[in-house]
Amino acid sequence: MSTTIDLDEPAVGPTFTPISTGRKIRNGIAAVLVTLAFLVAVVPLVWVLWTVIAEGLSVVLRPGWWTQSLNGLLGRQQGGGAYHAIYGTLMQSLIAAAIATPIGILVAIYLVEYGAKSRLARATTFMVDILTGIPSIVAALFVYAVWIAILGFDRSAFAVSLALVLLMVPVVVRSTEEMLRIVPDDLREAAYALGVPKWKTIVRIVIPTALSGMLTGISLALARIMGETAPMLILVAYAPFINYNVFAGNMASLPLLMTVERANPTEAGSDRIWGAAITLILIITVFQLIAALLSRVTAPKTK
Amino acid sequence: MAKRLDLKDVDIYYGSFQAVDGVTLSIPPNSVTAFIGPSGCGKSTVLRALNRMHEVVPGARVEGEVLLDGEDIYAPNVDPVSVRRTIGMVFQRPNPFPTMSIRDNVVAGLKLQGVKNKKVLDEVAERSLRGANLWNEVKDRLNKPGGSLSGGQQQRLCIARAIAVQPEVLLMDEPCSALDPISTLAIEDLIANLKKQYTIVIVTHNMQQAARVSDQTAFFNLRATGEPGRLVEIGDTEKVFSTPTEKATEDYISGRFG
Ligand SMILES: Nc1ncnc2c1ncn2[C@@H]1O[C@H](COP(=O)(O)OP(=O)(O)O)[C@@H](O)[C@H]1O
Ligand SMILES: [Mg+2]
Repeated sequence: MSTTIDLDEPAVGPTFTPISTGRKIRNGIAAVLVTLAFLVAVVPLVWVLWTVIAEGLSVVLRPGWWTQSLNGLLGRQQGGGAYHAIYGTLMQSLIAAAIATPIGILVAIYLVEYGAKSRLARATTFMVDILTGIPSIVAALFVYAVWIAILGFDRSAFAVSLALVLLMVPVVVRSTEEMLRIVPDDLREAAYALGVPKWKTIVRIVIPTALSGMLTGISLALARIMGETAPMLILVAYAPFINYNVFAGNMASLPLLMTVERANPTEAGSDRIWGAAITLILIITVFQLIAALLSRVTAPKTK
Repeated sequence: MAKRLDLKDVDIYYGSFQAVDGVTLSIPPNSVTAFIGPSGCGKSTVLRALNRMHEVVPGARVEGEVLLDGEDIYAPNVDPVSVRRTIGMVFQRPNPFPTMSIRDNVVAGLKLQGVKNKKVLDEVAERSLRGANLWNEVKDRLNKPGGSLSGGQQQRLCIARAIAVQPEVLLMDEPCSALDPISTLAIEDLIANLKKQYTIVIVTHNMQQAARVSDQTAFFNLRATGEPGRLVEIGDTEKVFSTPTEKATEDYISGRFG
């Protein structure tokens, strides 16, 4: 009864087909390329970190690295520390952050909450875009021209901070703007419907909702300016001793210390460079960790 | 506490586009009025004009009179913030404040108006949550975030938040359209209770809901696409649903629309 069996066979082939050889090959090539790209990106990064740690770790563990300056030491003399440069880096960038953060946040609030599509708002957005791309040397030269050449102030750590402000404001504006924009209008309307005025809605509802993301943005901006070198080279000179006065005199900073010690061919010189490098990375990491922690604490919760 | 609302020849514009034309109607105190009609006919627009919420849209404006117990809410010296304090609103999607606990969500209005006394706030929180039929479900986790509740609970939290500032009128824009049937029933029960203290206006797409909860029903419609929406007919819910005077109302209610 073979005819009956033939009738029971399906008239068409199976619905599912095996993966074709061509696709297997393309899949394999894509996998190799993606892995290579990953390695190209990550290997140098790990290499840099490894080198810095290998060369610098013993330096920052030396007694005095975190508490002493290089005052009175000759170039080839080991010893001393980077306290003067750490102070300078922290002071210059924190002053800049203290000025740039409120300005940046206020501008972002204007752009998102008040400016809507007004001409001033569009002009501001355009200016912020341009400022974001400004090279740090240009910001430094601008501050030199206005603050020192025209207004007649001396070169100082504060002048450096001003240049850093120029670099930081657009980054803060941009990131804050993004964060404020993703706060749903539902929340603003809910507050208005309770009889809450607009400014109070912004301060008590919108900003707390966006705060977590804003903090992340600010900390990234801070990390960016901490590693800047050009403003320090132009607006203040290196000092191997501790200067607490940001308004007068030379002041060290970690990037500046590294630049200056490059002219020092001795082992002490290269130790200082690696030590300063690892110190800078550590400081930035600590700030990132603090920001990540704050950001987690302030994030809206659902549990 | 509840007050009446009267609309006299209200036209509403978004910039140069007229969205609503010549609406005249009365909403008695302690009643539930349902706004029904096809999408885009201006129900939300009219509702938002009742507490000046449309003003958050640049270029939106209202002509005509909206009277709360005879007082024009659009009179030149009236602060829109004070209007919204008196005429509260519940939105389509539950929108608790994500950074606040359940308790703080409920008393957010009072807190932001400057009330600091913890005892007063706790009392208001409990009273409002009881009023919103939510107290028993949340009383043991008042300090948990508002976002931890289910959608239906969040919407009742939003109602509690709206009644915590003791408005006279409560506006609801499709408050159940994002909710499951059980949560919807919970809110409908709640509306029947709230009527004792507030005047309620509710926009709904659900005919049965309008029939179940409202005392009077207003049917809005467009004459044609692109034309402004207008009020076709308003009357006792029973009458509108059983013997509507307009053919368009009958078609819409019986589902023979368009
Ligand atoms: N913010 C707005 N800007 C401009 N036009 C709007 C806005 N909101 C609503 N409209 C228009 O007004 C009309 C009525 O809309 P709406 O009140 O939302 O209708 P409904 O709530 O009945 O669905 C629609 O034509 C809509 O496109
Ligand atoms: Mg609507």
